[in-house]
Amino acid sequence: MRFDTIIIGGGLSGLTCGIALAERGKRCAIVSTGQSALHFCSGSFDFLGYVNGFDVETPATTLAKVIPADHPYARIGTDRAIAIARTVPEFFGRMGVKVNGSIERNHYRITPLGIMKPTWLSLDDFNVIAEKSKLPWKKVSIQNIAGFLDFHTAFVADNFECIGTLCTVSAFNTPEFERLRTNPSEMRSTNIARLFEGNDDLIRRCADVINRNAGDAEAVVLPAVFGLLDSHAVEVLKAAVRLPICFIPVLPPSVPGIRTQLTMRRRFEELGGTYLLGDSVTAAHLEDGKVLSLSTTNLGNDALAADNFVLATGSFFSHGIEAHPDKVVEPLFGADVNAATDRDDWYCHDVFGEQPYMNFGVATDGDFSATIGGKAISNLYVAGAVLSKFNPIKEASGAGVSIVTAMHVADIITKKNE
Amino acid sequence: MTDHTMNISENNFEQCLKCTVCTVYCPVAAVKPEYPGPKQAGPDGERLRLKKPAFFDESLKYCLNCKRCEVACPHDVRIGDIIQSARIKYSTKKPGLREMMLANTDFMGTVATTMAPVVNASLGLKPVKAILDSVMKIDAHRTFPKYASQKFETWYHRHAEADQAKYAHHVSFFHGCYINYNYPQLGKDFVRVMNALGYGVHLLDREKCCGVALISNGLIDQARHQAEINLDSVRKSAAKGMSVIGASSTCVFTMRDEYPHLLGIDNADVRNSINLATRFIFSLIDSGKAKIAFRPDYKLHLAYHTACHMEKMGWAIYSIEALRMIPGVKLTVLPSQCCGIAGTYGFKKENYPTSQAIGSTLFRKIEEIKPDYVVTDCETCKWQIEMSTSVSVKHPISILADALDFDRTTALNLKT
Repeated sequence: MRFDTIIIGGGLSGLTCGIALAERGKRCAIVSTGQSALHFCSGSFDFLGYVNGFDVETPATTLAKVIPADHPYARIGTDRAIAIARTVPEFFGRMGVKVNGSIERNHYRITPLGIMKPTWLSLDDFNVIAEKSKLPWKKVSIQNIAGFLDFHTAFVADNFECIGTLCTVSAFNTPEFERLRTNPSEMRSTNIARLFEGNDDLIRRCADVINRNAGDAEAVVLPAVFGLLDSHAVEVLKAAVRLPICFIPVLPPSVPGIRTQLTMRRRFEELGGTYLLGDSVTAAHLEDGKVLSLSTTNLGNDALAADNFVLATGSFFSHGIEAHPDKVVEPLFGADVNAATDRDDWYCHDVFGEQPYMNFGVATDGDFSATIGGKAISNLYVAGAVLSKFNPIKEASGAGVSIVTAMHVADIITKKNE
Repeated sequence: MTDHTMNISENNFEQCLKCTVCTVYCPVAAVKPEYPGPKQAGPDGERLRLKKPAFFDESLKYCLNCKRCEVACPHDVRIGDIIQSARIKYSTKKPGLREMMLANTDFMGTVATTMAPVVNASLGLKPVKAILDSVMKIDAHRTFPKYASQKFETWYHRHAEADQAKYAHHVSFFHGCYINYNYPQLGKDFVRVMNALGYGVHLLDREKCCGVALISNGLIDQARHQAEINLDSVRKSAAKGMSVIGASSTCVFTMRDEYPHLLGIDNADVRNSINLATRFIFSLIDSGKAKIAFRPDYKLHLAYHTACHMEKMGWAIYSIEALRMIPGVKLTVLPSQCCGIAGTYGFKKENYPTSQAIGSTLFRKIEEIKPDYVVTDCETCKWQIEMSTSVSVKHPISILADALDFDRTTALNLKT
């Protein structure tokens, strides 16, 4: 089977690249070994949150001054990276995913424990908090679903009170939740979210209780377990609750993240893309410094041929790169990696310190082509977390690098063919 | 490619990170809290069972064996296999009469086809359904697929066999129980399409039911016995250079993957010889080895439903692309989800509500779209969708046979 571009990896980066190309009429396929890290997404996308431990307020003006020359943003060109970032809200808007925030100024997101972290864009479910040490409400009512263990109300209340917001904590129940609790260990966010799908009556019944419990609070704080397949449940709830709702992401799986994954996949497929889930690339066939085709577990030999290929396989977690006892490798192509050769240099002993291995990843040449033995593979591009020389945790830059490099690579591929 | 050299298990259970993505996509966990879900029933439970078999939990029987957990798993853990293997290894529940009856498709089919009018009429009668429901615990909502009065094999020997030698290329056909006993027309459609493409179709030396229902109903020895017979026939066919083609996604999946993974029968030498009809046909045309022409007056809106085992094999793309070859077809690809029947699972009275709850979003979507036909590679999905919606279901091979310009296709393939 022949495509214009085949993308390996079906997460945020692979889907962004696939959609960007498919929007320009390219015939693309995505091969994805299982579901992606969007299932653990906070509901916000970071671009650049921290430099040397300090919060970044205005990424658009700060980026050029603070980013090292070999950082993916710098290698795109900081102006170009910012220009791409400015198009992202509209890119998501086209698939019906509303995001708030701007590259000109970071806002704060609330973590599952009630801490504030700087971020770039947040899904419309979530509040855009302007200040780190102040919530827009003096008193909130934190409410959980009875028996749901992945939303830690006491931590949230504690952290909120530290920044001057009074909290009351309560829980609500319905016979539907009671039934879910038959299996307490698997009373997960997504199983709760499924109860709300297509059951507006249940949402309104919950809203009635939430309204009663809220008392004189100015806002209601709820776990983000609404709207799995689309955001209908969120809208019904917002309309039925008399106060502003502050959703807090819960421990994984992430309902808003899964909704984003499903929406992006649907968008890609509606644009004519082929999404091969649960399949893995087993071999790549190269000739004269070019990739000709890929074999996969399900499709067999030489099954997928294309003009261009994109490696968007993620970092260690997704096996985009792998740590072996004596080396770090890119397992599909044996592409060159940037990684310390001596194992002792992989870690620092302070677990919260700046871990060198976080910067490991695939090495690329100027136009984001992978190299093997120092030689560029002219039609194999690299995007997202598999790239090297950035630290998604310390910089709070993971989603930004994923999205912006994917769009940059899509631009390179489009221009090359023109 | 993950380096699994350090694994001690065959099903990668050490690779499980407890990320819970499998449970997100489990159709049963979503509607039946009594089922612990794939993470708990699979890798988590396996750790305990390895320590002490007494940790085995009979609620694992609620697993549909749809394998959607495996498709979702980012780390290639064969969760469905872990659960089914645990059932085989540890379950002490003996299969009853109902399980014997539902699982022995060959025996039931042979008896029923010889008395088809009587059997079909009586299985539809209210008192019979009531007895099946109350005594056998086979849900009264279910309609048994009608039995044909002539088996496919009989038709083939009488009307098709003599012609097959004249073609330049040859394949073997694993017709499966459904085509043989219930719906021979699909087998006839397959022969027609293959003949037009220049391929003669042959039956296997001996064919037994693939055994999927035997495995899910706990009749493992019999499943192994039938698997050996089938693989023996596949080997004979492969030795003659003939692929073995099945039309049913589940039969093909069972012979390729469940034989080694659940029954412990090595099929590595012939696994690639076992292929699915739409995959074989699409690949022939995509690679230019055969040509196909369609009738200009064939115009339909079709909705393709990806059966669970198609999703697991990753082969829906072949059926979808094959249907897209037909110029007059408007194709809607339905979101891939379980329809809820899972073979004999949905026939059992205790599973009926779960089965319908699982499929409900699919049925709603089909009613919304109102296609001329739903198309799927799986016969039990067909029964479920036809029972639960107002739309008829066809196999992609039947669609190809209907849309085919037989004479032009035959001529095109004679020239090449």
